[in-house]
Amino acid sequence: MPEGIFCNKRPINTEEELKALLSDTRGTKYYEEMLSLEVDREKLWATIQKTCKSRTQTWLDVCARCGLCADSCFLYLVNDCKPEQVPSYKIQSTLGEMVRRKGDVDNEFMRHAMEVAWSQCTCCNRCAMYCPHGIDMGVMMGYTRGLLYSQGFVPWELKIGAGMHRVYRAQMDVTTEDWVETCVWMEEEQQDDWPGLEIPVDKEDADIMYTCNAREPKHYPEDLAEAAILFHIAGENWTVPSEGWEQTSLSMFAGDWEACKLQVENVYAAIDRLKPKRVIGTECGHAHRATVIEGPYWAGRPDGQPPAPYIHYVQWVAEALRTGKLKIDPAKRIKQTVTYQDSCNYIRNWGLAETAREILSYLVEPGYLVEMTPNKEHNYCCGGGGGFNGIGKFRPQRNKALLTKRDQILATGAKLVIAPCHNCWDAIRDLEEEYHIHIDWSFLKPLLIKMVIVPDHLKPQEEAGDEE
Amino acid sequence: MYAFLTGPMLWLSFAICILGCAWRAYKYVKGLSWQLDRVAYGHYPDLAFKGAMKSIFHWLIPFASCSWRAKPVFATAFFLLHIGLVVVPLFLFGHVMIVAERFGLSWPTMPAGLADVLTILAVLAGVFILLRRFALSEVRIITTRHDLMIMAISLAPLVTGFVAAHQSGDGNGWLLAHIITGEIWLIAVPFTKLSHAVLFFCSRAQIGIDFGVKRGGQRGSGIVW
Repeated sequence: MPEGIFCNKRPINTEEELKALLSDTRGTKYYEEMLSLEVDREKLWATIQKTCKSRTQTWLDVCARCGLCADSCFLYLVNDCKPEQVPSYKIQSTLGEMVRRKGDVDNEFMRHAMEVAWSQCTCCNRCAMYCPHGIDMGVMMGYTRGLLYSQGFVPWELKIGAGMHRVYRAQMDVTTEDWVETCVWMEEEQQDDWPGLEIPVDKEDADIMYTCNAREPKHYPEDLAEAAILFHIAGENWTVPSEGWEQTSLSMFAGDWEACKLQVENVYAAIDRLKPKRVIGTECGHAHRATVIEGPYWAGRPDGQPPAPYIHYVQWVAEALRTGKLKIDPAKRIKQTVTYQDSCNYIRNWGLAETAREILSYLVEPGYLVEMTPNKEHNYCCGGGGGFNGIGKFRPQRNKALLTKRDQILATGAKLVIAPCHNCWDAIRDLEEEYHIHIDWSFLKPLLIKMVIVPDHLKPQEEAGDEE
Repeated sequence: MYAFLTGPMLWLSFAICILGCAWRAYKYVKGLSWQLDRVAYGHYPDLAFKGAMKSIFHWLIPFASCSWRAKPVFATAFFLLHIGLVVVPLFLFGHVMIVAERFGLSWPTMPAGLADVLTILAVLAGVFILLRRFALSEVRIITTRHDLMIMAISLAPLVTGFVAAHQSGDGNGWLLAHIITGEIWLIAVPFTKLSHAVLFFCSRAQIGIDFGVKRGGQRGSGIVW
């Protein structure tokens, strides 16, 4: 069978196709069909010749096979130092073989490569810091995922995820109407407690355009309300776009570069349309990487920058605290042992380790912050990055991977983990569900709302009256 | 034979080595793609330069990177091997004399005793790195015949050179072997993994630019190697 009904080389481009694939519970038929999916060897080799440029070629060729990358990889360490988990081995036995064999590989090879690419590497880029030649296996594994995706060898959930972006320009089926309705609903919900609070949609020339993760409107819209409350307290002139509000990219996890481009161009079009002074993204690591770090390149912007300055949520919070737009009530500072989860995507890939610490200096009473070991740029992946969290087929491997973060957290003695990244937040929630270590975890927004001093003029009239 | 090996063959070996390396570096730079690599190579020259230099520097200086510090024994062996292979031949009295005789160019040399010690240490380091390949499962699994061949090609000139320098009486055979293995080494550089003599700098600079321009450099630190 060259191609299956569910498992094939064609991307999902319509709602019907998406629904059909979703109806295949847990991808049972999809994976069955994958067993006999044919590899288009000529196309694979042609793609490699076109896209495997000197950087990747050199990385593959020049690897000294010294093994220094082994200990840098949390998946190697957590899997009892199995040699098959050495980053160099993982890439040489997949991409390296594909290139050496000039694309002449079979179905079994591709299925194995898929397992390696999505269950043995979270593209956390930590190995890049430990290789004498500066070889970044995470970058190469991302490239390998692209090759695998183009041949139809991609985990079911990520084929769906990429399809969601193609159909809805969001990782979930949140339409423009759904999104705008959620904004209106959240605005109404909050107005009793926060008179005058607005979630302005499509306001031009605002100081801030806010973008988020589709999971927020879909599953926890209170996150959007919290963002609105904090902007309200800080007195920001802000807006959300009706189109282009979603900044995540499951297509990046899937290796669907065309969908990545479509997705990010949608956000950039909103920036061009509304002309905000700058854009602030929500507490999400991969969303930031997709739209701010990698996105400009997908969209073909040679300076590597989005159309307007685009910052991560922690950058805005640090700035708001520094400038006094948000003031923390000293009595409400955190006085329990707390630790901070550094997200690969905006710490190692965007340089915000110190910015995050600046926030903690306002929120946590001195002496109560216990850092993980290692931390900052050297921190390990949460255990579920790069799409690992969402792939049912690789759940056992993912659960094993969570042990690294569990043990890091346990070693701090902290009962609260601050994790301003959806993916890290999910991984920590899952590790608590799986291993019951009795911890709490939180984004920044709810913590800030609990601790911030609310100016009197923003309080509801009755309450203000009561106090007078 | 001797005249050929120290004459035309020597020049040919040098020419192949130097031109070959230049070609590899040229191909590398030419094959970079800002969009596929996702690095704005040309847009922030100051950050790019700083990132590249920081990246190279931290790995050229012993124990200046966190990875070297994490593996002190391997790092020591690594630097001893490279000092023996690169620094010793450049400052060896015998080598400098040959250049002085032929070109009238000269530079300071190192004491023979020091050169001997560094050569022995380099050979021992090479043997250690070789044994490590088999002893550690994480290195064994990625080791190929190419890696073993590279080590053989690299150690051969050191061993033959050392013996030749210390042979009493007619050392011609060892000297000849030293010249031949040295020339094999030179010729192998551009065609094998020894090309890292130049590609190390290319690759390190590239990742330095990546971190310096894109992945944090614009917000101060870049990456801490």
